[in-house]
Amino acid sequence: MLKIDNLHVSYGGIRALQGVSLEVPDGKIVTLIGANGAGKSTTLRTISGLVKADSGSITYDGQEILGMPINKILEKGIALVPEGRRVFTNLSVLENLRIGAYLRNDKAQIEKDLQWVYELFPRLKERSWQMAGTLSGGEQQMLAVARALMSKPKVIMMDEPSLGLAPLVVKGIFDIIRQINDQGVTVLLIEQNANMALKVADFAYVLETGRITLTGTGRELLVNEDVKKAYLGS
Amino acid sequence: MLENKSQKRKNAWIAFLCVLAFLALIFCLDQWIKPTDKLGMLLIVLQKGSVYALAAVSMNLLNGYTGLFSLGHAGFMLLGAYTYAIFTIPDKSRDAVYQYFDAAIRFSIPEKLSQHMGGFGTALGVFIALVLAGLVAALMAWLIGLPVLRLKSDYLAIATLGFAEIIRAVFQWSKLGPITNGSNLLKNFARASKFKLEIAGTKLSLSTFVPVLIATVSITLIVLIVNSTYGRAFKAIRDDEVAAEAMGINLAKHKMIAFVTSSFFAGVAGATLAMVLSIAQANNFKSAMTYEILLMVVLGGIGSITGSVIGSLLFVAASEWWLRGLDSGKFLGIEAPNIFRNGFRLVVFSVIIMIVVLFFREGILGEKELPDLFRKKKKDPAKEAQS
Repeated sequence: MLKIDNLHVSYGGIRALQGVSLEVPDGKIVTLIGANGAGKSTTLRTISGLVKADSGSITYDGQEILGMPINKILEKGIALVPEGRRVFTNLSVLENLRIGAYLRNDKAQIEKDLQWVYELFPRLKERSWQMAGTLSGGEQQMLAVARALMSKPKVIMMDEPSLGLAPLVVKGIFDIIRQINDQGVTVLLIEQNANMALKVADFAYVLETGRITLTGTGRELLVNEDVKKAYLGS
Repeated sequence: MLENKSQKRKNAWIAFLCVLAFLALIFCLDQWIKPTDKLGMLLIVLQKGSVYALAAVSMNLLNGYTGLFSLGHAGFMLLGAYTYAIFTIPDKSRDAVYQYFDAAIRFSIPEKLSQHMGGFGTALGVFIALVLAGLVAALMAWLIGLPVLRLKSDYLAIATLGFAEIIRAVFQWSKLGPITNGSNLLKNFARASKFKLEIAGTKLSLSTFVPVLIATVSITLIVLIVNSTYGRAFKAIRDDEVAAEAMGINLAKHKMIAFVTSSFFAGVAGATLAMVLSIAQANNFKSAMTYEILLMVVLGGIGSITGSVIGSLLFVAASEWWLRGLDSGKFLGIEAPNIFRNGFRLVVFSVIIMIVVLFFREGILGEKELPDLFRKKKKDPAKEAQS
């Protein structure tokens, strides 16, 4: 289980997170919703080690991971799908996937995982030799997810996977999230598309200006009046 | 997958045989053409061209593959050239070369080794001096990389450019005369024009073969690095630093590896340049040299190794050979008026470069490699083969 306790993060005096606590149980989908600037991305970036925290603790399976270097956290099995896809545009799809497995040394298993990822995303297999920059937005998002999966994570964190995608493509992405979760991978999801996120999530947290203000199961928040008003637009 | 591997091996073999055939051709050219012949310019172009090709490819490793825009290349080449020269000047010429100073380093590696192993010792000594030249450049790269690699894009370029100018000034400083000979040139060291192979009494010239061989071996090593997992990490850093970091790639470490490796080969290129020119002088390694190399990289295509090689060979051939006729007033059989003489060649050359840059925005090859162009016709199986 991934557990965050009283996490404080600031960027040069601006306090982005002011005591965030949340839990991500194994094998579940947990979502974090909130407006722009609420601190969603900061939370993920702090977990993955890209951003340093002021205080608080992040534990995974009881072990403190706050302050560990990025590669150690990745080796523990926590992978990040960064916001805005960020695929390596001048590398082929296959090369992108191989970089996902950069920290691993088990060659045979990497080949197997490559087949597994290609089964999950047949579209990527077709485009294996294409430069990632020539893929469509939806395909690039698939690649970003697939690339993170190549590190064989136990927890995959996704930062706004639906950003800038057509509604039908977004639906496809959420199907994939469910599919990955069915295979036993824990998912921590950040979304602006609260409707979709809450439908797919087991647990959900609402983040407002650096603080958790609401928590519950996905279904509970979906019918909560405050959430409806603020994020679901009805 | 299995078929892929055998294809890959086959391609590697083809490349290896092509290189071998190329080297054999150079060796034969070395025997057939005398430097005084009309075609003698071809040898000079091949010698200088291969040195610049190595310099361009090593710069491409950094600027094209890792995305670190560095302009310190001339500085590292200078370090390599001096290291090579200082450690190969024969003892008896030492005092004549350092005529105004008392030479501090009196140690010629090829000479020391040839006392024990004869001709083979000389060759080994030259090889060791070359590696040493690379190592000195690499060590310096590591030292200045510690602070400088934290900078990005233009700032990195300015800092490395400054470093190269400082190095040049330091080497010309008279207080360092006992080592660097101040602003005077170093000469009489092991040079390409003296390289010969003696088999059963017949002397075979190696003066073009050796520089080409050094460049070929070094470029092959760089190709292997680019195609390794390190190379993939370099390209990932170039495309997106944040994403690369999120994949667990240690940015500082990989940037340093790329910088040090690139500088190592720049040092070797500098040493080979000294070997070809028969002199080493700090004044030759101005920032203009870095720009020339950068121009070759851009002309060939940033991120293409064969592009860099072709770019530098064309550049050297055009500036040293094909356009020479303009200076003497005759070009393609046309008698040029007097005002066009002396220096007009450079004007024509600049115009040609401008035209190339205008019509080939991404350089001659772009990001492709030369073999990719042949493969285009049969699309799918060829693409599979690259894995």
